[in-house]
Amino acid sequence: MLNRQGRPTTPRAHGVADPAAGMGDQAARLQGDATRAAGPAGGSHPTFTGNKALAQVEPLLFEIGRTDTTGVDLDEPEDFAPRLGGLERREPIGLPGLSEPETMRHYVRLSQQNYGIDTGLFPLGSCTMKHNARLNERVARLPGFADVHPLQPVSTVQGALELMNELGRYLVTLTNMTAVALSPKAGAHGELCGMMAIKAAIEAKGEGATRNVVLVPDSAHGTNPATAALIGFRVKPVPAREDGWVHVEDVKERLGPDVAAIMLTNPNTCGLFEPQVAEIAKAIHDAGAYFYCDGANFNAIVGKAKPGDLGVDAMHINLHKTFSTPHGGGGPGSGPVVLSERLAPFAPVPFVRAGKDGFELVEQESDAAEKPFGRMTAFHGQMGMYVRALSYMLSHGADGMKQASEDAVLNANYIRAGLSDLLSLPFGDKPCMHEVLFDDSWLKDTGVTTLDVAKAMIDEGYHPMTMYFPLVVHGAMLIEPTESESKSSLDLFIATLRDLAFAAKNGDTERFTGAPYHAPRRRLDETRAARSPVLKWTPPAPVAEAAE
Amino acid sequence: MRYLPLSDTDRGEMLARIGVDHVDELFADVPKNLLLKEPVDLPRRKGELEVERILSRMSARNIPASSVPFFVGAGAYKHHVPATVDHLIQRSEFLTSYTPYQPEIAQGTLQYLFEFQTQVAALTGMDVANASMYDGSTGTGEAVLMAHRVTKRRKAVLSGGLHPHYADVVKTLSDMASDETVILAPDVAGTEDILSQIDDTTSCVVVQTPDVFGNLRDLKPIADKAHQHGALLIAVFTEAVSLGLLTSPGSQGADIVVGEGQSIGNALNFGGPYVGLFATQSKYVRQMPGRLCGETVDADGNRGFVLTLSTREQHIRRDKATSNICTNSGLCSLAFTIHMTLLGEAGLTRLARINHANAVKLADQLAGVKGVEVLNRTFFNEFTVKLAKPAAEAVERLAEKGVLAGVPVSRLLPGAGLDNLLLVASTEVNTDDDRAAFVAALKEVL
Ligand SMILES: Cc1ncc(COP(=O)(O)O)c(C=O)c1O
Repeated sequence: MLNRQGRPTTPRAHGVADPAAGMGDQAARLQGDATRAAGPAGGSHPTFTGNKALAQVEPLLFEIGRTDTTGVDLDEPEDFAPRLGGLERREPIGLPGLSEPETMRHYVRLSQQNYGIDTGLFPLGSCTMKHNARLNERVARLPGFADVHPLQPVSTVQGALELMNELGRYLVTLTNMTAVALSPKAGAHGELCGMMAIKAAIEAKGEGATRNVVLVPDSAHGTNPATAALIGFRVKPVPAREDGWVHVEDVKERLGPDVAAIMLTNPNTCGLFEPQVAEIAKAIHDAGAYFYCDGANFNAIVGKAKPGDLGVDAMHINLHKTFSTPHGGGGPGSGPVVLSERLAPFAPVPFVRAGKDGFELVEQESDAAEKPFGRMTAFHGQMGMYVRALSYMLSHGADGMKQASEDAVLNANYIRAGLSDLLSLPFGDKPCMHEVLFDDSWLKDTGVTTLDVAKAMIDEGYHPMTMYFPLVVHGAMLIEPTESESKSSLDLFIATLRDLAFAAKNGDTERFTGAPYHAPRRRLDETRAARSPVLKWTPPAPVAEAAE
Repeated sequence: MRYLPLSDTDRGEMLARIGVDHVDELFADVPKNLLLKEPVDLPRRKGELEVERILSRMSARNIPASSVPFFVGAGAYKHHVPATVDHLIQRSEFLTSYTPYQPEIAQGTLQYLFEFQTQVAALTGMDVANASMYDGSTGTGEAVLMAHRVTKRRKAVLSGGLHPHYADVVKTLSDMASDETVILAPDVAGTEDILSQIDDTTSCVVVQTPDVFGNLRDLKPIADKAHQHGALLIAVFTEAVSLGLLTSPGSQGADIVVGEGQSIGNALNFGGPYVGLFATQSKYVRQMPGRLCGETVDADGNRGFVLTLSTREQHIRRDKATSNICTNSGLCSLAFTIHMTLLGEAGLTRLARINHANAVKLADQLAGVKGVEVLNRTFFNEFTVKLAKPAAEAVERLAEKGVLAGVPVSRLLPGAGLDNLLLVASTEVNTDDDRAAFVAALKEVL
């Protein structure tokens, strides 16, 4: 006997032989479903439904919807002669629908199994999970931004172009660079844009055949080497040093006429500002190569230092990190790339230009006075994100953005100071930028891993930090609190991690290795998912067949 | 500043706890001469009211699609999105979460991704779909790279009916990667001879249907020819609603199906954010770009979902990854899947019929205007008309008369000698009055 979540029930406890009898179609169908939908963590006092009060279990859409149900009222068109040339669909699609109230419940229940910034501290290093102001959501939905088409006449979208122009001006001013390519759709796409500009510049100098190596420090995010390789560059690693910094002599040693660029993250992924960045930039330029900066960590230095002053040639800015456009469970993002004078002429189409009769949109390479390397995407990029980011910048102002960076750095250092006696700092106890990196040597001989600590943090009501990144330290735990946390929030977080550290060191391994105990799911089996991938729902086998 | 919780007292106490006197001591690694002393040269902070005023003023300088008779398409379509969709995607737990790296507290995201993948696979007629790409155009670029990995060849043949922006994206990427791209001449009639372009060096053929001129393309013969030569067929669509009415690319033999999902659940947004749909056959899954969500169980044996097959991805494989994509279009895929759930098969197919019916009505009415010729034999909700004068000029004059009439082909393909062609789209949002206004204005303009 299975209940609607496919979990065994105890009918006698309910005083009926078959509680699903007479419950209609849905319950009956689910009776036969051998797939187990999940219930919240087990424990005492099992319920018939598998629900635990507010913790509602939600089957898959395909287990509750029907293909003849719709939550949208539309009238069938009058008879007409189709122009489909015999290519009309004859086979059913297999898309179940739900009425509107059922839809609302399905997704509200799903949302309740998610953790967001609005739920609590989200110290995911390198991801800058800061507060997402709802003002930004409101203005992004103004009809003049949300309800305009990318290809309607330019004369009817002057305000949209003005907004793009203004966002570009803010980004160029904050970075002291020459130009900006707004269209890349996320950080990695921005990397691709910047590296394409570099490749175009190298080809313009006639060195395309010979300069094909890109230096990438081992601490770099995976997107950096992946980006370089995608457009045919060979990646040469720059090894990590004991102090977490990239040393100019390690770079110089690898420089030669074959080197096209370095991709350096600054502040770096160990949470440290690269003190030799200016020397590295000079060495790169002297060798005829370019300096690509991964700007994922820009939040530490907005209003404090300008990448252009550091010798950067191209840098992407994750609007979905530094400028608080919401992550939305994995995007959409936006990755504008600021460019130095040397690379500006190669910026891709489209771009906005102020003309004598208002703003113009340069969409074709042939319309540009410069030498655009091509096009990154259809249309003009992530307008919805541009509006939110500009709203953030206008709200903060120059003073507020500087304060935000200082607070982000202050908060990270406060956590460092609160934990440095218990957790291990791989590069010594020195100031960090907006995130603090610990390794797992403090867990030695405890039988607890970085992963276990992360899962135990879930039980304490926190989203875990970034784990196992960067790869240059063992069992990395990268904590980025952002400027959005109050002191009392940080105090409780520090106290919690201290309690966990004591527990690990005192042998309370069960608190870790079995965690999470209180989340909507216990620890999930990722190996099993990869070994025999189930990537979509398929109808359960008919009962007779299943019984064989 | 309203977003910053720390008070000056807090800051002082925290600096003391850290053991420094001034916050700039924490920036000690920034070269002294490069640490800014003053705020950058931008205005100072503003209250919510003021920011809203500034941005509302900019917004008011644009003409929203809903405010006029609107027929603009060419890869982005004006559809009605139910209020429920926008409410749900703004729930904190969806909006303010990250990529689901910690699956035990991200089942909401993961389950909808699993449902999304299932819906996209069904819609395209393919075995598996990923958890989204940035948009249709970048997805097409990735599809070509994937075909090169599968076939170990490096030449892509792009149909002349492929959206020119998509072709440009593919070409930019391919040129940079030193791969070969053959782009066929603009194919207004949908009758190009693509079969003769396919040979034993071809990695893939990229064909859009409905194509950018609105023609419906029979993919079956192209798939057959491609397969004879060991090449893949990449089927592209820019209007996802069309799949409700047209036979699926999968059933016609496509190996990779990629397209733009904006039409379902997502606003026009002046071009983005949108959502790329990407599907293929099971045998190619390990060559796929992007994130994949898969089913598994937790320690209690309960069903749950995780991101899986990540050994394809950049964070594990680095320079050997199938793609560099990391952040994708999470929230847009949520909007897509919610809208699709509201529609269901019954609603989607009806919506598609309404779109087609409206376009047929419009085509018939425009065909009756002197100086207008409808060029398509087949179409779904968009078609090409030939005007008696340059389309860009006509569109500008029609805009002055309060009708947003479509996309001049010259905007997408300048210099192709197609200046009098206009792409016209019609969806469920168009009324009889809209059509009448269009026809009346067009008569005046021509
Ligand atoms: C250091 C670093 N570089 C690049 C990226 C890629 O950015 P996105 O996910 O926006 O493509 C990230 C984000 O995850 C990152 O942390």
